[in-house]
Amino acid sequence: MKDQLEALKSEALASVQEASDLKTLQDLRVKYLGKKGPITEVLRGMGKLSPEERPVIGQLANDIRNAIQAAIEDKQRKLEEEAIQKRLASETIDVTLPGRVMPKANIHPLTAIVEEIEDLFIGMGFSVEEGPEVETDYYNFEALNLPKDHPARDMQDSFYITEDLLLRTQTSPVQARSMEKHRGQGPVKIICPGKVYRRDNDDATHSHQFMQIEGLYVDKNVRLSDLKGVLTVFAKKMFGEDRDIRFRPSFFPFTEPSVEMDISCFRCKGDGCSLCKHTGWIEILGSGMVHPNVLEMSGFDPKVYTGFAFGMGPERIAMLKYGIDDIRHYYTNDRRFLSQFKQV
Amino acid sequence: MKLSFKWLSEYVDLSGITPEELAERITKAGIEVEHITDLSRGIKNVVVGLVKTCEPHPDSDHLHLCQVDLGDEVVQIVCGAPNVAAGQKVAVAKVGAVLPGDFKIKKAKLRGQVSEGMICSLQELGVDGHLVPKEYADGIYVLDEEAVVGQDALPYMNLDDVILELDILPNSAHCMNMIGAAYEVAAILDRVIKLPAPSVKEIEQKASDKIAVQIDAKDGVPFYGARVIENVTIAPSPRWLQNRLIAVGIRPINNIVDITNYVLMEYGQPLHAFDYDRFGSDQVLVRRARDGEKITTLDDQERTLSAEDLVITNGERPMAIAGVMGGAESEVTNETKTVLLEAALFDGRSIRRTSSRLGLRTDASSRFEKGIDPNRVMEAADRAAQLMCELASGTVLQGIVQSGEAQVPPRAISMPWAKINAVLGTSLSKDTILSVFRRLRFQATIDGDALTVSVPSRRPDVAIPEDLVEEVGRMIGYDHIPATLPEGATEGKLTDYQKKHRMVERYMTGSGLYQAVTYSLTSEDKVGAVSLIEGEGFRPIKLSMPMSEERAVLRQSLLPELLDVVKYHLNRHMKDVALFEMGKVFLTKEEKLSQQPVETERLAGVLTGYFRPDDWHHDGLKVDFFAVKGLLEGLMALLGLSDRISFVPSTRKGLHPGRTADILLDDAVIGFLGQIHPVLQKTLELNDTYAFEVDLRTLLQSEVPALRYRSLPRFPAVTRDIALVVDQDVSAGELTEVIQKSGAPLLKEVRLFDVYTGERLESGKKSLAFSLTYLDPERTLTDEEVTKVHNQVLNELETQLGAVLRS
Repeated sequence: MKDQLEALKSEALASVQEASDLKTLQDLRVKYLGKKGPITEVLRGMGKLSPEERPVIGQLANDIRNAIQAAIEDKQRKLEEEAIQKRLASETIDVTLPGRVMPKANIHPLTAIVEEIEDLFIGMGFSVEEGPEVETDYYNFEALNLPKDHPARDMQDSFYITEDLLLRTQTSPVQARSMEKHRGQGPVKIICPGKVYRRDNDDATHSHQFMQIEGLYVDKNVRLSDLKGVLTVFAKKMFGEDRDIRFRPSFFPFTEPSVEMDISCFRCKGDGCSLCKHTGWIEILGSGMVHPNVLEMSGFDPKVYTGFAFGMGPERIAMLKYGIDDIRHYYTNDRRFLSQFKQV
Repeated sequence: MKLSFKWLSEYVDLSGITPEELAERITKAGIEVEHITDLSRGIKNVVVGLVKTCEPHPDSDHLHLCQVDLGDEVVQIVCGAPNVAAGQKVAVAKVGAVLPGDFKIKKAKLRGQVSEGMICSLQELGVDGHLVPKEYADGIYVLDEEAVVGQDALPYMNLDDVILELDILPNSAHCMNMIGAAYEVAAILDRVIKLPAPSVKEIEQKASDKIAVQIDAKDGVPFYGARVIENVTIAPSPRWLQNRLIAVGIRPINNIVDITNYVLMEYGQPLHAFDYDRFGSDQVLVRRARDGEKITTLDDQERTLSAEDLVITNGERPMAIAGVMGGAESEVTNETKTVLLEAALFDGRSIRRTSSRLGLRTDASSRFEKGIDPNRVMEAADRAAQLMCELASGTVLQGIVQSGEAQVPPRAISMPWAKINAVLGTSLSKDTILSVFRRLRFQATIDGDALTVSVPSRRPDVAIPEDLVEEVGRMIGYDHIPATLPEGATEGKLTDYQKKHRMVERYMTGSGLYQAVTYSLTSEDKVGAVSLIEGEGFRPIKLSMPMSEERAVLRQSLLPELLDVVKYHLNRHMKDVALFEMGKVFLTKEEKLSQQPVETERLAGVLTGYFRPDDWHHDGLKVDFFAVKGLLEGLMALLGLSDRISFVPSTRKGLHPGRTADILLDDAVIGFLGQIHPVLQKTLELNDTYAFEVDLRTLLQSEVPALRYRSLPRFPAVTRDIALVVDQDVSAGELTEVIQKSGAPLLKEVRLFDVYTGERLESGKKSLAFSLTYLDPERTLTDEEVTKVHNQVLNELETQLGAVLRS
């Protein structure tokens, strides 16, 4: 009987070794270790053995059983491992193929510039105000110290709808309207972005429609030095800490004194090039202390309040910042243009 | 304004300062120098030559052979100019000279004759042809007799000058003349100023014997003065005067005209010289023109006048348009013997209206418009009379015949002197402040707190205390004003509207739509093509004077211009377009606007082609109605409005009648989406294009309850799928609504997952499959409970919509 068991063991182990798939292995498990299997058979016939032989054979049968069991399990792991390897090999992809396109676009570069400027000034305590694009002559001109026949009106030819209504030529009317809303009580600390319109033929540097951002800060004791301080912070953040900034006197009807702010040229760093017309400086914004007439017309007492105002053109700023060469691109909306501003 | 550095240096000591430095200083003081032009343009080796002999070239009918003495040598030069002659002193570019345009002078042979240099015209030396005096326009330029042979020729033509071009803004009109500029520069540099002091030699005969002056339009003409100069000899002006005019951009004509122009440039006072004998009367009458009255101006144009124009008449006919241009009839000619010289003050606004209506801007009109110094009118008349005496050998009759008042007292401005520091943010001493006014030559005193400044009439731009603050600021230099940060703290933040506005932008771009910005002005035929407010009686708002038909009307919708952008892309073979825009539209029901129109903000989009392109193993996603609807549903979820929004079928102009839905917020239409009508698509040459437009203002201003968290369900949900068969005309929306209502409150979600029409169904029928999810947040639902509600849903579907379960 011992020999019989030993023969069974070698046979079973050989079969397990040969098994090449899990199904065969399962069949072998049933065949050798199942209830009707040979080992069970052997154990069942134990009764015929002598009491001395019984434990010996019993022990042997169990050992063989365990050995077969272990061999099957071992084989099973191997086969499973092989199967996974095979599957993974068949599932391998070419990771250099292009990724699937997820639709993703971006905002308009002008929006990007405007929001960047808004955020810079919000950080300095300004809020954002908007106003109508069809304005009255009063708010567009007169409330800004530009009476009819004022020579400065020459500086901006306008689109009139009626004698009294026109497309605003500047966002400054929003300042006048905001001041009126405050009823003579400061502080007023706002920036006003928006579209403006002037009678210009569209070409590479002119557009009949463009954007402006203006700012206004009216309070007691606002000084020209504050204008310099606030606009310097703005310019450094917007254009880089290494830019030189220059303030020089200028003229605007709604400010007195008036100030022009230049920054050192982006391209030549101040040495002089075609971008800065060989001056080393680039004009960025106009500003000044709010004219007492403007304060007064909007209900603020110029003896008590002073303020500063400034204005700039997002188109021009984006052109300088990104090297855009034609203002018309902003309004043509060519996808090949728009899609270049993903990062902004 | 062209400022001649050499001319200026006659009035102000400019020693030790270069034109570039001066330009920088002037710019920093507030008058921008736009260009610096070196008139020599780098020319060297151009010397004074004496034409010793001038013979015809043996082999040419127009060339001359000249022997020219250059001081250290005599050279032969072949010259083609018709006006070259022996005895002339001329500008000779020697061999090796380089003229403007990189024109190198070399030794040459012209038709067999050696030529060693070139006798130059002004144009060849870089002078604009329009400025060259007529007599030299087609030939070489002849220098004065005094020119020294062999010397550098450029100074004799004033080509060693440098011109600073000033950008004159309305507050810097005082720099539109040499004397005003001299005051400015003297103040900036803190140097002494020397001004001309005219002295006129008058004869005893009185000018008033020959002319009378009357003003019939006092409101427009505060002062009119006339001088009479007899026995003038009309001739070219002396070279120095011609040179100065050319340098500042004025063409020399003859001595009389040149003198008026010279004094204009020097004093800023426009003058006019009439030919007294052709004036046609002994009376100057200044009045408003009659409507339709005509005059032929110096440029030989007939001009029709209107009743707001000011004219100078001889009592009958206009002889000049006041302050703008003289008339041809009384123009100074070569035969003129007696000059009637006008020096007057005209109202700037009136001059501006006339010159802009006539489209005629002149050196005179631009100065009147910006304001001239009334105290200088008489002096300028004297200066011109003096020059006519000296340069045209005229005799000046006694006195200025005048009407009105030219003299005005200085303007006194008082203010607390501390205000200057308070506004500038500086701490300047009284002495520093007073020194600024001393440099400006304004009388100023500080008495206690009060600063009193007497501003001369040459500075009409300085009128209020703030103007004095500016004068101090710009004279000390803005560089010397500190940079501070405001003392008061304020809160800066976006409003809810502005925050949501940005959210919408990010949502749209995140969904693959590029943001466009189009023009607000569109054409009349496009304005109503597709629009949210169609049929509501709104009228297009037209510009009174559009620049083109294309940009004549304010938009009522963002879509017409966006559709043009789509077409732009198709024309360039870009077939996939997805764009959105946020912007204002302008609405009125008035035929002629009497008040501002309603401006409301819209969100619009256009999509065509593939929303997501084909890739190497997946088909792309083509734009269709449901892609756009899904986009908008996502937007509504973002804004917290999903539950209040519905889509209902609609027909709209310009849109496909079977593929358009209005978007309702509660019960109000706030937008639409749909396919562009195939007929319109064809007209616009578009592929299938989908569009939407919603009233952004309503969307963003809608009150939304504050967001609150709902606890997660602790009990399982039960899902049952049903496939319903209904008539074709029953909509998914109706079915969903019935399911939702009849399944409440246990029914939590309805999802449509399939739509089928086809041969496996009876004709006229369709099948829709829904997945229904039931949940009780408090406990586990039993099968019976779910079945009860579910059957109730099925019953309602059958009763209300005839829906039966598909077998």
